[in-house]
Amino acid sequence: MKARIHVTLKNGVLDPQGKAIEHALGNMGFDGINQARQGKFIELDLSETDRDKAETMVDEMCRKLLANTVIENYSIELE
Amino acid sequence: MTNVPNINDIKITPEIVKEHGLTEEEYQRIVSAMGREPNYTELGIYSVMWSEHCSYKSSRFHLKKLPTEAPWVIQGPGENAGVIDIGDGQAAIFKMESHNHPSYIEPYQGAATGVGGILRDVFTMGARPVANMNALRFGEPDHPKTRHLLAGVVEGIGGYGNCVGVPTVGGETNFDPSYNGNILVNAMTVGLADTDKIFYCAAAGVGNPVVYVGSKTGRDGIHGATMASAEFTEDSEEKRPTVQVGDPFTEKLLIEACLELMATDAIIAIQDMGAAGLTSSSVEMASKGGVGFELNLDKVPQREENMTPYEMCLSESQERMLMVLKPGREDMAKAIFEKWELDFAVIGEITDTGKLTLTFGGEVVGDMPINSLVEDAPEYERPYVPTPKREAVDVAAVNDLNKAVLDLIGGPNLCSRRWIWEQYDHMVMGDTIQRPGGDAAVIRVHGTGKALAISTDVTPRYCHADPVEGGRQAVAETWRNITAVGGTPLAITNCLNFGNPERKDIMGQFVGCLEGMGEACRALDYPIVSGNVSLYNETNGSGILPTPAIGGIGVMKDSDKMATISFKNEGEAIVLIGKTKNELGASLYQREVLGKDAGAPPHVDLALERRNGDFVRALIENGQVTTCHDLSDGGLIAALADMAIAGGIGASVAVDGELPLHAALFSETQARYLISADTETAETIRKEAKDAGIPVAVIGATGGKRLRVNNDAVDIPMSELARAHADWMPKFMAKT
Amino acid sequence: MKSAVIVFPGSNCDRDMAVALEKVTGHKPQMVWHQDHDFDTVDFIALPGGFSYGDYLRCGAMSARSHVMKEVVRRAEDGVPTLGICNGFQILTETGLLPGALMRNADLHFVCRDVKLSVENADTLFTQDYMEGEEILIPVAHHDGNYFADDDTLDELEAEGRVAFRYCADVNGSQRGIAGITNAKGNVLGMMPHPERMIEPALGGSHGRKLFTSIMNRLG
Repeated sequence: MKARIHVTLKNGVLDPQGKAIEHALGNMGFDGINQARQGKFIELDLSETDRDKAETMVDEMCRKLLANTVIENYSIELE
Repeated sequence: MTNVPNINDIKITPEIVKEHGLTEEEYQRIVSAMGREPNYTELGIYSVMWSEHCSYKSSRFHLKKLPTEAPWVIQGPGENAGVIDIGDGQAAIFKMESHNHPSYIEPYQGAATGVGGILRDVFTMGARPVANMNALRFGEPDHPKTRHLLAGVVEGIGGYGNCVGVPTVGGETNFDPSYNGNILVNAMTVGLADTDKIFYCAAAGVGNPVVYVGSKTGRDGIHGATMASAEFTEDSEEKRPTVQVGDPFTEKLLIEACLELMATDAIIAIQDMGAAGLTSSSVEMASKGGVGFELNLDKVPQREENMTPYEMCLSESQERMLMVLKPGREDMAKAIFEKWELDFAVIGEITDTGKLTLTFGGEVVGDMPINSLVEDAPEYERPYVPTPKREAVDVAAVNDLNKAVLDLIGGPNLCSRRWIWEQYDHMVMGDTIQRPGGDAAVIRVHGTGKALAISTDVTPRYCHADPVEGGRQAVAETWRNITAVGGTPLAITNCLNFGNPERKDIMGQFVGCLEGMGEACRALDYPIVSGNVSLYNETNGSGILPTPAIGGIGVMKDSDKMATISFKNEGEAIVLIGKTKNELGASLYQREVLGKDAGAPPHVDLALERRNGDFVRALIENGQVTTCHDLSDGGLIAALADMAIAGGIGASVAVDGELPLHAALFSETQARYLISADTETAETIRKEAKDAGIPVAVIGATGGKRLRVNNDAVDIPMSELARAHADWMPKFMAKT
Repeated sequence: MKSAVIVFPGSNCDRDMAVALEKVTGHKPQMVWHQDHDFDTVDFIALPGGFSYGDYLRCGAMSARSHVMKEVVRRAEDGVPTLGICNGFQILTETGLLPGALMRNADLHFVCRDVKLSVENADTLFTQDYMEGEEILIPVAHHDGNYFADDDTLDELEAEGRVAFRYCADVNGSQRGIAGITNAKGNVLGMMPHPERMIEPALGGSHGRKLFTSIMNRLG
């Protein structure tokens, strides 16, 4: 089973890299970007086949390592 | 492995030969050296070993003429890096190398892997790297790519050097339209080792294990060495996938693991896998040792699936080393590499066949005489025409000297490089005692009172106007910069960046620069111990200015005596050592203020260079002087401005009327220094200089909040001067 | 004073820290490799700067989950004085010993230069030899030193006197100019600037010495 994890900065946390992306895109002539936020994408190939178990496990991984919940949110997709 | 198509089934056609950057004659040379047609893998190996980058086929003939020996030289060119004795059983190991083409294509990774590669060259020899330097050339500031390239290169150098924890202590950055399509990224590393613990690459001992350590092999950088030897065309930017990606974290682990293993007696020979990867490192080791290598490619740690022998041999994946170990030491060595979480694999053994034999899936996939890969490589004595001599020219004065000074100090060539070097950790390791911004970087030899002074220099304007004079000047300037901080210059490394050597005028520049460099090295007892050549720096037939970048090293016995450029006290006398001549040809003033480039560059009188320099160094060593600056680009007024800005103290000077004022201020006459000292000491120095026949003049005094020449011929508030100097680079880089 | 310097793969200020400790306190610290989680009892633990695990994932994230850090956290909670410099500070926030997080510098560039700090609280075991409000010059060298915490946490830090050092001018975008903070008990200090790089005039100044003398004078 594959787990896809998106880690993003929480709303309200300043994102200087996102700001830079927004600025650069604007300079390149891409108009109409209200906001750019950047984050991380992590893909795990799991041997676990039980969806609930996998979800619990990956959630724990996110809380304990993959995201810093002081500043980051995460979301998990399983397939 | 069975599903890998056999790459050696591909038939060698003239097109394939051409794609490998080999001429038809060179291919025939391979066939006669092997006594048969090479297979595809073998062709790939020959093509990289015989590339300009690995074989120095256009430059070897001339490089042989350079002086490489002195009593303190332990190892000259031909090894991974040069080694000099710095006393007390210690050695400095150093080299400079180019990473020009990759940095143009992908500035961050190109520059980063350039730093990684040169670090490996140095720690391969048993040294702990203690300082990084760099020499960078970019196109004109207004060129649309310049900012992007500069930002990426600086970030890449910092990203790699900062992470491995080796301070980047200085360098130089210039702009010129000739680099618009071919930037230069030359990186230098200096390391320290004990003289009885230096490691070489000559393999020995039939049956001894050949060991691969470091990162796994992927498909990155395949044919990087061939790319570095080809002229750019517009579609070169499509070559992006061949650029390698660096992993400084792995490099840091590799440094620690190698140094840990080197503390034992397990290693017979060691070589980093640089350009042309596994191929060039094994050929180099076997060739130096006069032995053969049999490698089992199935054992090579691989990062990607279905890699062919061709790819494994030519991959330029970073952070890998090859070693020959004493038999029976494999387990101990393996434990060290495993502790540092690095790959370790015995991939072959030394043979007495004199061949590089490659097996894969139980079959021999390559079998080449080592000699033919190295010694049979073509050597070209390419035709050349010497650069025509330029006549002396009158260089006009300007009415507004204040503006001229501010334009120079606040312009791209002389402004502060702080924006760059603040992105480099220049203090880690705790021995940087002279930070960037001075004449030379100075780092203490850890745990001693000694220090190393390091400087990288070349003035491509001069090399273009008169290659011989320019070659002399490049060497002399590093010598002078090391002298100006109080160091005794000992040896140099170089990075010879030129255009297409198949053009007679370019080859003429190359030959001329080497002639001048050789003369200067001999006259100054300052041999060349390592270096690298980067040719074909051309885009669509337009070449770069000839740029033989020199990296010099000197030693200082008592680091407490070190001089810096900053004025330290008000009311000190300012003393000019050396006589100013009217030498404004090819000067920065002429180019930046008048927008012209004409006339002969300043003459380098090497005997005078030595006499004046030795005098200044003695003053510093005697503790008479702690403020000193050499005069170079921009002349007297530029040096004076630097010293005043660095110290935050103004100055007032008067220059006599022998020369027109603009010449007195902007002339780039060589072998000159400015020093400052209290008035009493200055008088002593003046007398000593007179007695020694050294031209000397007390030209003014430090103090106040303005920079003034001949009352108000130049009169600029320090705040304005400092702002101009500080602001150019950050403002330039903020414009996106 | 018996001290330990914890070394992770990718630490690169470990030697600098050891040299500073020895030069200032006269005692050579024990160097503890990250896998040696059962190290000697010491009076003081230092987490040095560098790029542990290459700063991959997040600065300090991997190190914070290493075996040795479990032991460091346990001892720090027991009251053993613990100092994290630069990457060490990042690791301390990742373990939760200190609140907040260190994000990419606001201008996105690595920055290495001397900066002015003000000593905000001279009544901690790490700062007692300084004077409150004293301005000191200490270098920074980091890419991720932009201190972030939510407003409640920041208010709490200020109210409890746990802001030990503040930048006199903005360096990296840190909230409220925070350069260094302590835990509630006051035995753990994390700071981005490098006092170990300012212990002698040849290196540019000696303002970092008092941090080490403070610890030594408290511990004896």
